[in-house]
Amino acid sequence: MNEFLLIFRRDYETPETQPSPEHLQNMMKDWQNWMGSIAARNKLVSSGNRLADEGKVVKPGALITNGPYVEIKEAIGGYILIRAESIDEAAEISKGCPILTIGGNVEVRTIIPMTL
Amino acid sequence: MQEKELLPHLFRTEYRKIISVLVRHFGFEQLTNAEDIASETFLIAAETWGLKGLPDNPVAWLYTVAKNKARDLLKRNQVFRQKVTVAIRPDEKIIPDTDIDLSDENIRDCQLQMMFAIADPVLSLESQIALILRILCGFGIEEIADAFLTSKETIHKRLTRAKEKLRTEKIKIRLPAAVEIPHRVNAVLTSLYLLFNEGYYSSSSNTVLRKDFCLEAMRLTLLLVENEQTSQPGVEALFALMCFHASRFDARTDENGEIIRYDEQDSALWNDELISRGHYYLNRSSRGGELSRYHMEAAIAYWHTIKNDGKEKWENILQLYNQLLCLQYSPVSALNRTYALSKIFGKQVAIDEAEKLGLTNNHLYHVLLGWLYTGLDDLKAREHLNLAYRLAKTDRERLLIQKDLKKLENLGI
Repeated sequence: MNEFLLIFRRDYETPETQPSPEHLQNMMKDWQNWMGSIAARNKLVSSGNRLADEGKVVKPGALITNGPYVEIKEAIGGYILIRAESIDEAAEISKGCPILTIGGNVEVRTIIPMTL
Repeated sequence: MQEKELLPHLFRTEYRKIISVLVRHFGFEQLTNAEDIASETFLIAAETWGLKGLPDNPVAWLYTVAKNKARDLLKRNQVFRQKVTVAIRPDEKIIPDTDIDLSDENIRDCQLQMMFAIADPVLSLESQIALILRILCGFGIEEIADAFLTSKETIHKRLTRAKEKLRTEKIKIRLPAAVEIPHRVNAVLTSLYLLFNEGYYSSSSNTVLRKDFCLEAMRLTLLLVENEQTSQPGVEALFALMCFHASRFDARTDENGEIIRYDEQDSALWNDELISRGHYYLNRSSRGGELSRYHMEAAIAYWHTIKNDGKEKWENILQLYNQLLCLQYSPVSALNRTYALSKIFGKQVAIDEAEKLGLTNNHLYHVLLGWLYTGLDDLKAREHLNLAYRLAKTDRERLLIQKDLKKLENLGI
């Protein structure tokens, strides 16, 4: 079994693409059900974290800008860690992620084990 | 109470008190002596009461005999110490400590301290439970073996090894320091939780004994709840969980002691008093920010006491199982979550989820799939029940699965 990082991204900027409050309310259950479904397979390594809107980007030359959303509109909204046989299985699991229903996406990355 | 029932009853309630106080007084190195004193006390009682009739206050009578026997032991020890130890270590002070305190308060304190001593990580969990049953609850070795579905020899060996360990590791019988309690109490809760489950889910056919295990686990948890120092939110949550489960005692077994599954129980038999006690402690447990597995399990158990079998109930149960699984995986939680899914989204959705669980070696997995497929694909239902039958570990489980198979036949397949 390998571990994978699932990174959730979506556009938090464009007003027209923001989900309605009702939609967000329903999404909470979808998220819990999806995470529960991974955990029920004993494949959830960490529930990870949800990230707040606020952010800063620090660049060389002590340049600090507000928010990661300067060049691209998409931002990371959260991440979790899962266990899977292969990256294909990890991607298959990601298909159920509720972020996909509001135009977001999931990036699946293999974690390199620290001890070999 | 009938005279012939009195002694076994007193044995159950008083033996453990005498042991706790004596062991607290003498230390674990004298555990065997303490057990001997307690056993002899009851032997003398059986003989004397048989010949002369019951004393006015049987409990006080027992305590007096136990105290006298303890005093004899102390005297022997003192003679030994005076003659031998003093010769080796002349500085050691000899305190003629003969005051064995069998007051209610001291008994409670001793039992509390003993719980923390036994729930020490140097002992395996199964040893902890065996010791709790023996020392803190006064169960016989045969009864413990019966519950664990194992032989008396195995339990005897387990207890002997555990006692040896308590001696060699010099485990002290006392409450941990106040700052350590929140951390140490978890180990105590784990063994009390397992003790309760041992009774609740045991495959032993001895239903009276199984119920006794649960009641003992509740009694000991209540000791923690009622003590100011140990009454943590997690402790109250565990007690609430036990109350909710215990509320179904009368509904969950039939007259032959066979298990009746939750969805087939007569909810009129659920015990309202225990349910409302569960409410009280679940509310109390919500102070502070801690959300332990016991909180989630207690909340799940709470929703199971709701008689209206509607969507709201199962939505809440599902979300709580989601949270519980994210905190701590267990196959039983995974299967129960799937059952909740079926109650909300229907059997097909639950089947799809169940088949991802990877629990094909677990008989309960096949019992669940057997139930889910019933009505959708009865052939498959039968296949799963047959597999469950083959994988089941005890006769009790096989009997239950046989009933399911028979029900399926009666549906006309």
